[in-house]
Amino acid sequence: MSSNKKYWKSVEELNENSSIVETLKQNEFVAEIPTDEFLGNKETLESGSTTRRDFLKYVGFSTAAASLAACEGPVKKAIPYVVQPTEIIPGVANYYATTVADGFDFASVLVKTREGRPIKIENNTLASTHGSANARVNASVLGLYDSLRIQGPKKDGASISWSDFNAETTKSLNSIKDSGQSIVLLTQTFASPSTNKLVAEFKETYGNVKHVVYDAVSEFAAVQAFQKKYNKKGLADYDFSQAMTIVSVGADFLGDWQGGGFDAGYAKNRVPQNGKMSRHIQFESNMSLSGANADKRVPVTPTQQKLALAKLYSLVTGNNVSVKGLPEHVETAVKNAAIQLKKAGSKAVVVTGIQDVNAQTVVLELNEYLASKAFNSKVAIKTKQGNDNDVAQLVADMKAGKVGAIIMSGVNPLYTLANAADFAEGLKKTKLSIAFSMKEDETSSHTQYIAAAPHFLEAWGDVEIKTGHYSLTQPTIRPLFDTKQFQDVLLKWTGNSASYSDYIKTTWNSDILNGGSYNQALHDGFFVKSVVASEEVAEEVSETEESVNTFSGAAQALVSSAKSKGIELSLYTKTGMGDGQQANNPWLQEFPDPISRVSWDNYLTVSKADAEELGLINRHVATGALNGSYANVTANGVTVKAPVLIQPGQAKGSVGLSFGYGRTAGLKEEMQTGVNAYALYHNLSNVQDVTIEAASGEHEFACVQLHNTLMGRGDIIKETTLEIFNTKDKAHWNAMPVVSLDHEETPVTSPDVDLWDEFDRSIGHHFNLSIDLNACTGCGACVIACHAENNVPVVGKEEVRRSRDMHWLRIDRYYSSDDTFEEDNAKKEGFSGLFGDNGSLGGFGEMEHAADNPQVAFQAVMCQHCNHAPCETVCPVAATSHGRQGQNHMAYNRCVGTRYCANNCPYKVRRFNWFLYNGNDEFDYHMNDDLGRMVLNPDVVVRSRGVMEKCSMCIQMTQKTVLDAKRDGRVIKDGEFQTACSAACSSGAMVFGDINDKDSKVAKLKEDNRMYHLLEHVGTKPNVQYQTKVRNTTEA
Amino acid sequence: MRKVIHRKLSRNLLRLSLIVLLAFTSSLSAQEGDPAKGKSLFNANCAACHQLDKKMTGPALRHVEARLSDEEGLDREWLHAWIRNSSGLIKSGDAYANKVYNEFGGAAMTAFPQLSDDDLNNILAYTAEEKKAAPAPAAGATGQVAATGASDGISNELILGALAILFILLAIGLYLVNKTLRRFAAAQNIELETETGRTPLWKAFVQNQFLMIVVAIFFLLTSAYFAFGFLMQVGVDQGYQPVQPIHFSHKVHAGDNGIDCKYCHSSARVSKTSGIPSLNVCMNCHKSIYEYNGETSAEYTKEFYDGEIQKLYKAAGWSDADQKYTGESQPVKWVRIHNLPDFAYFNHSQHVTVAGVECQTCHGPVQEMEVVYQHAPLTMGWCINCHRETDVTVKDNAYYEKIHAELSKKYGVETLTAAQMGGLECGKCHY
Repeated sequence: MSSNKKYWKSVEELNENSSIVETLKQNEFVAEIPTDEFLGNKETLESGSTTRRDFLKYVGFSTAAASLAACEGPVKKAIPYVVQPTEIIPGVANYYATTVADGFDFASVLVKTREGRPIKIENNTLASTHGSANARVNASVLGLYDSLRIQGPKKDGASISWSDFNAETTKSLNSIKDSGQSIVLLTQTFASPSTNKLVAEFKETYGNVKHVVYDAVSEFAAVQAFQKKYNKKGLADYDFSQAMTIVSVGADFLGDWQGGGFDAGYAKNRVPQNGKMSRHIQFESNMSLSGANADKRVPVTPTQQKLALAKLYSLVTGNNVSVKGLPEHVETAVKNAAIQLKKAGSKAVVVTGIQDVNAQTVVLELNEYLASKAFNSKVAIKTKQGNDNDVAQLVADMKAGKVGAIIMSGVNPLYTLANAADFAEGLKKTKLSIAFSMKEDETSSHTQYIAAAPHFLEAWGDVEIKTGHYSLTQPTIRPLFDTKQFQDVLLKWTGNSASYSDYIKTTWNSDILNGGSYNQALHDGFFVKSVVASEEVAEEVSETEESVNTFSGAAQALVSSAKSKGIELSLYTKTGMGDGQQANNPWLQEFPDPISRVSWDNYLTVSKADAEELGLINRHVATGALNGSYANVTANGVTVKAPVLIQPGQAKGSVGLSFGYGRTAGLKEEMQTGVNAYALYHNLSNVQDVTIEAASGEHEFACVQLHNTLMGRGDIIKETTLEIFNTKDKAHWNAMPVVSLDHEETPVTSPDVDLWDEFDRSIGHHFNLSIDLNACTGCGACVIACHAENNVPVVGKEEVRRSRDMHWLRIDRYYSSDDTFEEDNAKKEGFSGLFGDNGSLGGFGEMEHAADNPQVAFQAVMCQHCNHAPCETVCPVAATSHGRQGQNHMAYNRCVGTRYCANNCPYKVRRFNWFLYNGNDEFDYHMNDDLGRMVLNPDVVVRSRGVMEKCSMCIQMTQKTVLDAKRDGRVIKDGEFQTACSAACSSGAMVFGDINDKDSKVAKLKEDNRMYHLLEHVGTKPNVQYQTKVRNTTEA
Repeated sequence: MRKVIHRKLSRNLLRLSLIVLLAFTSSLSAQEGDPAKGKSLFNANCAACHQLDKKMTGPALRHVEARLSDEEGLDREWLHAWIRNSSGLIKSGDAYANKVYNEFGGAAMTAFPQLSDDDLNNILAYTAEEKKAAPAPAAGATGQVAATGASDGISNELILGALAILFILLAIGLYLVNKTLRRFAAAQNIELETETGRTPLWKAFVQNQFLMIVVAIFFLLTSAYFAFGFLMQVGVDQGYQPVQPIHFSHKVHAGDNGIDCKYCHSSARVSKTSGIPSLNVCMNCHKSIYEYNGETSAEYTKEFYDGEIQKLYKAAGWSDADQKYTGESQPVKWVRIHNLPDFAYFNHSQHVTVAGVECQTCHGPVQEMEVVYQHAPLTMGWCINCHRETDVTVKDNAYYEKIHAELSKKYGVETLTAAQMGGLECGKCHY
């Protein structure tokens, strides 16, 4: 968007006839450069005492002198503690269990701290409550060191002390209380027992208090449906590890659907075991992570989703619902899905992401009908409590001037509300407005007071993520700035002198722990109350009877609500950006979207057919970068001009646009990317009828993967179907490439055809990383974990466009050109000659285009640590060499930057430092300020300009494990060796370990039939293995 | 007022001297304790909280017995009871016990029930000793040493000077003889042969092109050698010996007093950094060690060392007079001596705990260093040499069992060097 703005350099430009503007266009300088003055006068020039030779002499001398003087090392100071805290040993990391609960992401995590600084977020494997750290949670540690955080409370833009803040606000609150006006607390979903209690106390103190919970991205329909059916607040819990048949209608349950966190369970049944794996059918309009992982994906528009769901309901339950208007292929797909659901019975589950109470009710009923084991209505997920009606009412009340005071925490309504203008108007009418915020963001910059809030790594808290599953948040660092959390101030307002940490402790000891140890809960980061299940069994019986009565009503209502006019826009959240609260996080901005592979942007996803119709194009420019047209998207009178990305798999008649971008306040200029989709989020409904027309201009995308299809190269991603996998020999679906030796086919792994002698690696450790293409959902948590662990720099949009991104670990995404990859392979094999119908020349050209509804495959690629590495042999200075533990080492200080290695690498995993990315104003990201640099891992060197870098297989982590074992004098157990990516992978797709330990998981995976190496025929013998992708294509 | 005080003071002094005399005589006459044994017992048990002449955590103890009997009328039995179980005495309601207890902020004295009567008597005998005069003889001794050292220097200079004068005289003599002989020859009309016709050696040398080339090559090679040597030592700070903000003498601590390195640098056992001790570690001992009583020299006098201890007190915020922390501390900005570049990873615990390498192997004789300097060059060549030469300590370490057995079989050796274990691989130190 920004490139479309017209910037005025001066008022003069407004005058079209101004001569000076014309002159300036031609000439950079207004006045002539007075070269004559110093060159024209020959006499003065000659009489000058400094000749050119002298000048060069001086320059030469001063350069030499300066460089000699620089040889003297600088004096470095070492400043120890005066009193060293007993728990801190310099050089040794401490881990603390805590919980992220920012209103959008909820997860139990471990925080790694070094010398008191949190530097990395890891999964709390002990807490299996719900989900694990996704890409955003992994990146959230950088938010702590955000240089734009506000450093203390403010009043009308000026700093104020907390004592003044407390005194003034308490006084105004009391006066508002006396005047009888209402006080509104507008907050994120806290799901916190202690905060709930505290808010209740606050209500008691101030009387006319309303607590409005607001989720920027609403799941209100699902909450309402659940409430109606079970008379409980929350969302149904799903355990996909219990499901063998999964039908999703518009639910991106591998993404952020209903709070997210379902991917680990899903991945369990995706790996074929004993010839069985789950079957996943997805009906959706945007290409989502779930759709990309599905065995069968049916692109349907949002309206068709409703019809499909009603049809599915009618077919499964036998209740007759008349559904008309479904295209034939969709109808067939629904029929097949219904048959499979019925066949799977209790091992089946249906989910939907349609924001419609009827749709959500239908799904609840379907799962009840199927008696799905994966579906659990007894345990409610509590992380989405936003009430859209309350929010709408609040905006109306504020506009009417009925609200005396508004206190906000964890929300940014002026950015996230479609009717932000109304809210802003209402805000002006409140007597007191306070925003608890880490930033001067869109909302807090318009309130009277900004209460500087701490980052979650500096704060206390508790969360009940789902019924009976409690988690604790504890500070891992002393607050960096003069901040106070919402709850602490609430305590002050209620006249309670206790601190919030004490308050939580009291609440937990009295209400939650049942005599359990608080310290233990704090240490573990969570506590599961075991009594919950038995308590609620009693309720259940009456509920089921009741629900039978409401059968079919919802489905019929759903059908009648399914009407569309023109193109439908589905608003969604991106894996990297979520609801946009972390928009100032450079890691997340540069994180390429798993599906589109675009970083630093959001965009309108349009199907190819629609794009052609509307005259929208995507094209590659000379550098290889991607450019796209703009389109004006209009809904309810609001027009947003967004760049267009043609998305294979997008349902015709539908478009998609993601939230989280287009922010303008509280973030660096570089991060002000994309367009604000919330402007179209009318009535908090994620589906909007829109009109689209092509707009002028061309948008520049920063896309890290320019080739979309696999071009039939089955040796990169090996894929097969469950049927073939079960019935045929390995040689059929995972054949070892062969080469000719004396006219005999010899496998490439044979030493006879090897250029090099094999090095004996049987002694000591030999590390291997196994990546299971079946279990990998493409979530990208590993990418961010790698960034954090290895100090990978952020390079910015322009550099990404030049293909200079520095990701050590990338997740390649491939589309099939035909409907399946298999057909692609067959087509490629079938080429004969260059020209003609079967000619490869035209054929390959066709294969570059992805299908309308392609199959999708994800493949994480990092340095393959080849045992016979092509990069090592071409390095003129031996900067890259091989260790006997299998790792390909990179000595940065030895590297002279010839880049031969990168050119000789068949996997394209080496990254060159084209610039100095730290302490360089041109790259104004976290490494450019002292605060941001605090996140750096002190065990990994920060690379300088002109050196090559790449994945080290986290050698600092393997070395640490080895050292710890040596120090304790013990043998290393399987599972102790980890890399940042394997530790971050919650789906179990990445397994790291020592293959010389024959009992290790990775050693067994190496012997697995599915195992193959990337580009095996090159003969590089990598230490990274992949497990062949198997798709369950069995229909009915 | 003043006079009164004086009078009082003089009276007190009189009384004190009388007491001293009495105590002295009594101890002499009683022959009850051995001050030498008492000293060692005192240092072992009491010195953490008591000094003879200074109020510390507990009161100053010189002539404690005499003082008590004089001022409070308490006898040795009372003292025995107090030392063995002070809290019991306090609880029993003893007036003076409670007074002392309160005076020292309610800090109960550790009970020493294990000390026998003899031990206690020995200790009391030690406390009853007169304060020694300032360590003048020691100073004198060092002075003498210095003097002899100086006289050595002088004699050397004298001999050299005499030799120089001798040579000068010889040269003058020869010149004079030569001159005289020439004059004599001139007088005798003897014609001296003059060297003519032969090109001087240097000219011949210059004209010989081959020689010139050889010399030029030699010259270039030599300068290249020196240039290389100069450039190779850039960034190598061997011998770097900066002045530190507090003169901390490793010689006094690790050498004279034999404190283990890892007592203060404790994180060397478990961490990659050896850790500069925080000031609370210093104060563990220096709370009671407020003055230096060891060997001194002209440069490093007792006053000098005591001044440095005062610097520590200031930094740690310790008020020696009140025996309290003031809370006003200021971190000490030590100058870092051993600077490894960021791209080299070094882990102390690997070397100290796993390999059992002595600190001195890399840091040199720190226990002899009054001011610490960088002993090793800390270059990569130096690291690698050691890895090539040093055998890995594998004894009683389950981690090494398998790998050692297999590797030693492979290489056909009994013990493996660090290099054979993979200690020369780039990635082991550079990541």
